[in-house]
Amino acid sequence: MKIGFKLLVNDRGKFAALLVGITFAAFLMVMMTSMFAGILIRSSATILNVGAPVWVLDPAVNTPVSSIPMPDYVLDAVRSLPGVQYAVPLYSGGAQVKLRNGTYQAVSVIGLDDTSLYGRPELVSGKIDDIFAENAFIVVDDAEFVKLGNPTIGTRFELNDHLGVVTGIARVSTAGLFGVPTLYTTYTRAITYIPSTRFTISYILVQPKNSGAIARIKQQVASLGYQALTENEFIDKVSTFYKYQTGMGINVLLMTVISFIVGLSISGQTFYTFILENLEKFGALKAIGAKGHELVLMILFQATLTAMTGFGLGVGLAALIITLARLRLPDYAAMITYTNIGLAFVMVVLIAAISSYIGVRKVIRIEPFDIFRS
Amino acid sequence: MGRLAVRATALVKWFGAGDARTYAVRDASFDAFFGEILYIVGPSGSGKTTLLSMISGILRPDGGTVDVDGKNIWSLSADDIASFRLNTIGFVFQDYHLFPRLTTAENVAIPLILKKMEWSQALAVATRYLEIVGLKERAQLPPVKLSGGEQQRVAIARAIASEPDILVLDEPTASLDGETGRRIVEFIRHNILNDHRCIIIVTHDNRIFEYADRIMNMEDGRIIGINREDPHEN
Ligand SMILES: Nc1ncnc2c1ncn2[C@@H]1O[C@H](COP(=O)(O)OP(=O)(O)O)[C@@H](O)[C@H]1O
Ligand SMILES: [Mg+2]
Repeated sequence: MKIGFKLLVNDRGKFAALLVGITFAAFLMVMMTSMFAGILIRSSATILNVGAPVWVLDPAVNTPVSSIPMPDYVLDAVRSLPGVQYAVPLYSGGAQVKLRNGTYQAVSVIGLDDTSLYGRPELVSGKIDDIFAENAFIVVDDAEFVKLGNPTIGTRFELNDHLGVVTGIARVSTAGLFGVPTLYTTYTRAITYIPSTRFTISYILVQPKNSGAIARIKQQVASLGYQALTENEFIDKVSTFYKYQTGMGINVLLMTVISFIVGLSISGQTFYTFILENLEKFGALKAIGAKGHELVLMILFQATLTAMTGFGLGVGLAALIITLARLRLPDYAAMITYTNIGLAFVMVVLIAAISSYIGVRKVIRIEPFDIFRS
Repeated sequence: MGRLAVRATALVKWFGAGDARTYAVRDASFDAFFGEILYIVGPSGSGKTTLLSMISGILRPDGGTVDVDGKNIWSLSADDIASFRLNTIGFVFQDYHLFPRLTTAENVAIPLILKKMEWSQALAVATRYLEIVGLKERAQLPPVKLSGGEQQRVAIARAIASEPDILVLDEPTASLDGETGRRIVEFIRHNILNDHRCIIIVTHDNRIFEYADRIMNMEDGRIIGINREDPHEN
């Protein structure tokens, strides 16, 4: 084994080329899938931040920002369902804000149920009750905060020609995907300030009496022509939409496959040349008395060693780049998940397996006597 | 005369098939004994390397048998033949086949490592054998930094590091100048040969004939005679 290790590592050029190939492939795969994972989680930001256990929505909704308003009777109907403890409306929509310096900025507005403020964000300054004050809005201090000119409590702005005043600064767990600031206000103010269709309820947030009631709620909501989804089901629905209906999923898949192929060709090719160049050495080892399976082990060891080193370097590099990107761009949407790393690992193992399979076949076939023919 | 070490009986080896079939070795029988140096001499292409490979467990004969120490080696399994090569045979290849990416000491340590000796212990033993062939101070160099004669001695050190019963050398002096070649064979005669070891040398270098106990002639794949009988017998 150690002989094989020395043979490979002491061949600096080959070893470097192998490492580059595998590192590159692992890096690209982790990078692509992490970016996609980042996008997916952000696309569900509203769902995560509001945090309701069950959501009632129009079945045609694909992503939380493009809600389809529902008539008020749906809210009444949901409230009267047996398993429902309480149900509140949520407004989610977009508006234009005119800042004091005269520039316009698109924002996303979330209107919380006036009586319960269900789904309210955690405030870092200001009092939540001030949300009921005239023209009151709570601004989320996320990566987009600067786009509103870093407002403080009392900062005024215009929202669709209505006056707005900042009464609180909030923090949320997940930033949105679209790079616009988020404002919270009451449901009533949201629907008065923002022009809307005849129907105004974007979502109905439901607190079931117990988790056993969820199945029945879903069934009954379905009979109304609407859809009730648990938080995770809603997130899955959004992810599925982005994966399969936007072309993003297929692009990421393509890129991953391309990284795999590039990595495989660089590493496979280099490893194959390495084996070919050293075939005579393997023959000599056989002639000295190495058994076939010992040489196979040696090759597998070489492949594993490079694969694992390259994989580590690739993942490390991806993590480094993402961290650096976040420093410059706090909003950078990428997230390394265990699934991504696992996927890249499987791909790297595949690359190593295919490369060494070719090598093993060559080495098994060589006869010790062949070394006399050179 | 020593104990019987190798008995080759009616060995045959051909290459190619059909009309292209050529015989490299035909009907070769001979004995080699512990405590002797046996030369196999003959023109290029006469089948010396092929014969050597068959008695060393490297090349399977198409006919005949090889008994080493009373065991028919070609009736063993592939793994057992590999073990036989590792434990019983020391083979010095004509072009050495040293590993350029390993140090000289690591090259010598290879058979020991294949015998599952600890890496560090193997290196220590290898250094001892390098000392025997007078190359201790070259242990850390890659073999390409060594002269031809030195490389030959490294190859010998590697072949004897596993203490083989039978040491086989294929044209050990072919790429050396006369004086170096003489010194190496003289060295083998005086330092490597002992009563429990049989040494077989293939050569057509008549300057080193004086170090042989017996000289066997080959031509066209056949053994055509032994032109110097065992001096121990006389
Ligand atoms: N692997 C091989 N394939 C085909 N022919 C071979 C092979 N090895 C040796 N030969 C042929 O067998 C004959 C004997 O070769 P060899 O044993 O190498 O002779 P020597 O070592 O005496 O020079 C030669 O004619 C050579 O061409
Ligand atoms: Mg030859």
